Amino acid sequence: MSANHPPIFQLTDASLSYGQVQVLDNLHLLINEGEKVALLGPSGAGKSSLLNLLYQQRTEQCALCPQDNGLVDILSAYHNIFMGGLERYSTTASLWNLVRPLSRARSPIEAIAAQLGLHSELWKSADRLSGGQRQRVALGRALFRQKDTFLGDEPVSALDPVQAEALLRHVLQQHSTAVVCLHSPALALALFDRIIVMKAGRVELDQPAHQLTLANLKASYTANDHPDVFCNATTSKPSIISSPEACVTGKIQR
Amino acid sequence: MLPALNPAHSFSVQSTARRLTGVIALLVILAAIALPWADLEIVQSEPWPELKRLGEGMLLPYWDDPAVLLESLGQTLAFALLAVTLSAPLGMALALIFHWRVIRWLCAAIRSVHELFWGLLLMQVFGLSATTGLLAILIPYSGVFAKVFAETLALQDKTPAHSISLKPRFANQLALWSYTRIPQALPALLSYTRYRFECALRSSAILGFIGLPTLGFHLETAFKQGLYSQAGALLWAFLILIGTLRYWLQPRLIPVYLVAAVWLLPETIGFSNSGYLWQFISQDIWPTPLLNGDLTGTFNWATRLWQEQAWPGLVQTVLLTQLALFLTLVITLIVYPVASQAIAGRLNARVGHVLLLVMRSTPEMMLAFVFMLLFGPSGLPAVLALAIHNGGLIGYLVARNSDTDERNRLDDPAGIARYAYIETPRQLPSLLAWLFYRWEVMLRESAIMGVLGITTLGFYIDSAFEEIRYDRAFFLILVTIALTMLVDGCSRWLRKKAGVEGAGG
Repeated sequence: MSANHPPIFQLTDASLSYGQVQVLDNLHLLINEGEKVALLGPSGAGKSSLLNLLYQQRTEQCALCPQDNGLVDILSAYHNIFMGGLERYSTTASLWNLVRPLSRARSPIEAIAAQLGLHSELWKSADRLSGGQRQRVALGRALFRQKDTFLGDEPVSALDPVQAEALLRHVLQQHSTAVVCLHSPALALALFDRIIVMKAGRVELDQPAHQLTLANLKASYTANDHPDVFCNATTSKPSIISSPEACVTGKIQR
Repeated sequence: MLPALNPAHSFSVQSTARRLTGVIALLVILAAIALPWADLEIVQSEPWPELKRLGEGMLLPYWDDPAVLLESLGQTLAFALLAVTLSAPLGMALALIFHWRVIRWLCAAIRSVHELFWGLLLMQVFGLSATTGLLAILIPYSGVFAKVFAETLALQDKTPAHSISLKPRFANQLALWSYTRIPQALPALLSYTRYRFECALRSSAILGFIGLPTLGFHLETAFKQGLYSQAGALLWAFLILIGTLRYWLQPRLIPVYLVAAVWLLPETIGFSNSGYLWQFISQDIWPTPLLNGDLTGTFNWATRLWQEQAWPGLVQTVLLTQLALFLTLVITLIVYPVASQAIAGRLNARVGHVLLLVMRSTPEMMLAFVFMLLFGPSGLPAVLALAIHNGGLIGYLVARNSDTDERNRLDDPAGIARYAYIETPRQLPSLLAWLFYRWEVMLRESAIMGVLGITTLGFYIDSAFEEIRYDRAFFLILVTIALTMLVDGCSRWLRKKAGVEGAGG
C-alpha cells in the first residue's frame, strides 16, 4: 500500500460472537483510503455486524447510515439531519436549535435536503414521511456529519432504482472512502471499485469490480464450499488490530 | 424567513413536535391562570428546625416494638391482597358486559369516589371493621378494573373471532372471549393487576388516616407526636415491602398469603349494625325537605349548599389539580433522566431508580401530611405531594420505556444532547398520555386532601361526616363524582387531539 493511501480499516483473524451465535469467523480484511467497497451477501451473512465493527474502529472519521434509520419520530427532518453535526455545535446552540433553527446550520442542511429531494419535507416531522423519505433523511444525517468515510447499511434500499443510483453516486462523491452493504449486485458493479461477498460470517469473494461480472456475483451467492476459487483476498501484514473497545457483547480474537 | 410551510396547509401543524408543544403550552396557561386564585400561602415560615428533625428521623429509623410494626404491615397487606383478589374477577365480569351504558356509568361513578371517601361512608354503617376496609378498596377498584380490562380487551385483534358464529348470549360471549380476546390480552391484564396491587397497598395504608388499623394510623400518630424516627421506620418498612414486591409475590404462594390475610384481619368481618344500613340508605343521606316532599325547600337547601360549600370546594380542587399537573410535568422531565440508562449510565440509573421508587411509593396523603406539618395548612403541600408522587411514577415509566427502546444507533450523542434530541422527543407522546391519565387521579386525590384541612371538596365532606350531616356529605360526594367524570371526558378528548391514545389507568 502506498503512502498516499494509508489503510483505514484492518482486521486480522477477527471473530465475533453474540452468545452462542458465531457472527464473524476469522475475518481478514484491509481497506485503504480512497477505496469504494461494496459488501454483498445473503441475509444473516454478518454484513451489518462487520460494518458496526468497522465503525467502532474509526469512530471519529466515519459517517454511519444504519439499516433502520434510527430517526426521532416527532422531530422534523431538519432536526434529524442536524443530529449528524451535533458534535460541531456547543450544547447551548444545539438546545436553542430545538426552539428556533440556527441560521448557520440552516443553509447547509437546506442544501443537503435539496440534493436529496427533501426540500418540501424539511419541516415535517419524521413520522409523517414515507419510508423512502425517511431513508433519505437518514442519508442526510450521514452527509451532515461531514466526514471522510461513509459506512452505509443498505442506505438506498427503500428508494426506486433511478433515485437509488443517483443518490448513492452523490454520497460516494462526497466521501473519499466508503464501505456500503447492498442487496443489489448491479448497483455494486456500477458504482464501486471493490466488491466483497460475505457468507455465514466469512469472506467468500474479494475482488476489484472490473474483474467481475453479474454472473460471477450471482454464482458466489449460491456457492457452497469453494471459498478459495474466488477468493483473492489482499493479504495483510499481521500487524496492529482494532481498538479494544470494539463490541460490547461480542469479542474479537486475534 | 419563517420555516417554509406549504401554502395549501398554512394553518395545519406539520410537525408532531410542534403539536405536542402546543399541548404543553395549554397546560402552562391553565396553571398560570390557576396560580393567583389557589390557596397557596405558607403559614409556617420557619420550617427548618422541624425539617431537620424530620430528616434525622428518616435517616435514623427506630422502632421499639417490632410486633406492632409487623402486625400493622400485615394488616395493610391483608386488606390489599383480599381486595384485589376479589375485585379483579369482579372487574372482569363487569368488563364482559361493558357494552351496556348503565354498567359504564356505574363503573365511572364508583371509581370517581376515592377509597377514603368510601371508607368514611362505610364506616357509618359497618364501623371500624374489616368490612369497611375491604369494601372501601374493593368497590372503587372493581370499577377501575372493569374499565381498564374492557379497554384492553377492546384493543385486541378481532380476527380470531371472525370465523366463529354464535348466538349473542352472555354465556356464549364469555366462551367466545375466553378463546379469542382474553388469551391475547392476558399478559397486559396480569401486569395491570400487579400494578393495581401496588396501588392497593398504598390505599390500604392511608385508610389508617380515618382509623383503620393499617400503616397510616401509626404513621399519623407518630408524625403528630413528632416521633420522626418511628415514622421513618414505618415508612422504610413500607417502601421495602413495595420495592421487593416481585421477589415475594410469587403466584404459587398467593393461596398461602390469602389464608394468612383472612386470619390477620381485624374482627367483625360482617355486618356490625345490619339494621342500620336500610335506614342509612333510605333516610340519612337525603335532605329533610326532600323526604317531606318539599321541592322548593330542597332546591333552596341545594342552592345554599352549592354556594357555601360545593362551589368553593370544587374551585379549589380544580385549581390545585391544574397546578399539580404542571408541576408533575416539570418534575418528570427533571427526574426521569437520573434513572435512564442511556443518559445517566448503568450504575447511576440504579440509584436513580431507588429515588423514583421512594417518590412513587410514598402515598400522596402521607407526603401532603408531612408537608403540612412543615408549611402549615394550605394548598401548597397538596400540590407538592401530588407532583412528587406522580412525577416519580411517570418518571419511572418513562425511564423504563427508554431503557427497553431498541432504536438506538451507534452514533447517537450522549448526555444533555441525548436527553434533548433523542430520549425526551421519543418518550414525549407516552409521557403526555400518562400525564393525562393521572389528571383524573390527581383530581380525586386533591379532593380527598381536604380531609387534612385544605379547603377542597374533601374538607367539606369530612366536616359533614363529623357533624353527622349525611345528606350534605352525600350531595358533595355526588358533586365530586360529576366533576371527576367531566375531567375524565376532557382527558380522553385531549388525548385524542394530541394523538396519544392507549389503554390504561
